[in-house]
Amino acid sequence: MILDAFFFSALLAGIGIALAAGPLGCFVVWRRMAYFGDATAHAAILGVALALALDIMVPVGVLASAVAMALAVTFLAGRGLAVDTLLGVAAHSALAFGVLALAMTGERGVDLEAYLFGDILLVSPTGIGAIWGGAVLVIGVLAWRWPALLTATVSEDLARAEGIDPARERLLLMLAVAVLVAMAIEVVGALLVTALLIIPAATARPLAATPERMAVLAAALAVAATTLGLVAAFVWDAPAGPAIVAASAVGFGISALLAGLKRIHLG
Amino acid sequence: MPRVSLISAESLTIRLDGRTILHDVDFALEGGEIVTVVGPNGSGKSTFMRALVGALTPAQGRVTRMPGLRIGYVPQTLHTDPTLPLTVARFLSLPVRREAGKVAAALEEVGLAGTIATQQVGSLSGGQFQRVLLARALLGDPHILALDEPTQGLDQPGVAAFYLLIERVRQRLGCAVLMVSHDLHVVMSASDRVICINGHICCEGAPTAISAAPEYRALFGHGTRGALALYQHDHDHGHDHGAQE
Repeated sequence: MILDAFFFSALLAGIGIALAAGPLGCFVVWRRMAYFGDATAHAAILGVALALALDIMVPVGVLASAVAMALAVTFLAGRGLAVDTLLGVAAHSALAFGVLALAMTGERGVDLEAYLFGDILLVSPTGIGAIWGGAVLVIGVLAWRWPALLTATVSEDLARAEGIDPARERLLLMLAVAVLVAMAIEVVGALLVTALLIIPAATARPLAATPERMAVLAAALAVAATTLGLVAAFVWDAPAGPAIVAASAVGFGISALLAGLKRIHLG
Repeated sequence: MPRVSLISAESLTIRLDGRTILHDVDFALEGGEIVTVVGPNGSGKSTFMRALVGALTPAQGRVTRMPGLRIGYVPQTLHTDPTLPLTVARFLSLPVRREAGKVAAALEEVGLAGTIATQQVGSLSGGQFQRVLLARALLGDPHILALDEPTQGLDQPGVAAFYLLIERVRQRLGCAVLMVSHDLHVVMSASDRVICINGHICCEGAPTAISAAPEYRALFGHGTRGALALYQHDHDHGHDHGAQE
């Protein structure tokens, strides 16, 4: 039976994440922040360990570690090492320490795989509430700062000449990614959360002529992929996170094929 | 009545990545003035422009802008990421939304067909993109047009046409023009003042005076009164001529 309470909880959680991940993912793609998304997600495992050790809600621990990562990278960037090197150091250290902490504290019943690949069954009604709260926050910030974010993305010099501080807009986006990772860790897991940001945005790119249309389209595609992925997961009793990402990837393939055909057609 | 400068710099020093690019620059731009900034590659002339428009923070000294100053900034280069879909119309409405009628009028003023509004920014030619950047600057009804080597990558007729366009636009708006350039022979005659930069302000003055200045000749060679000076890429900071004065 597909139409049970688990399915609807999962769907509700998944759609909340998808709506925020679509537009935020566009900025991740435009600004080439994919590696930062990965790093934040890896840091989330340390957050999981902290949350379990301190007996607080997992998304809260994840949010704290993801925000710490965003701030650390912002602070250290431009002080010698390249940003991708910094991210590599921070991300993998956080992941290693997180896994060690989970193993050493001997938390019983902790399924590491659930946090690496997500487990839709972990989502509680409170969790769904938190996801939607996070989604409203992320979408709200994007809508509020949209002109400034977009101008800073097109050209930092142009933004500064208009009185916009690109560093502040960048930090805002990093914090938004941290919020999204915290929202999504229980559903798609640390290793797959970046896919949710990047794939719908990349799928929308060839089909959109303006940034706004790309953002809306990415949100719609993310919702569609989440729904299809969850249906597939429930029908074939497959893990939900990977099924959602796989559905997104199929969408990307179709979009890329269409774009290729269009190019050939136009000569 | 004392004139209020649109923008002024006092002992401006700019460092980038620990290197001092500009030091101890004093400068003021008055309403309606046309000022051209010249200097060899790496002399800091673009840095000077970026500091004035607020794109760079001074390490020392300060930049003062008239309250409510509107600057129409045309950057030297602008690379839009191919992953970002951006029509010309959308670009012209960044960050402030502009009415479609005004966008069309601005495009017409810079000599572009209205149909270009729906084209992707990434698909434009260099000349078209420069005009789009100028149109965007005009939409803000600026007190200052700040142009950073606006004719880079244009062919000779393109350069001439672009300067005529700037001249026409300036007459209509009555705005000041601050332009970084190395098209010396074209630019200089139209300027009220020329500033020669090489890490600091080497010399400044009216075009005729500046082309005879020894500091200027030290930088740009001894061509026909400097007005047709050859652009020299190979010199280091050459002050020997000036020092002998």
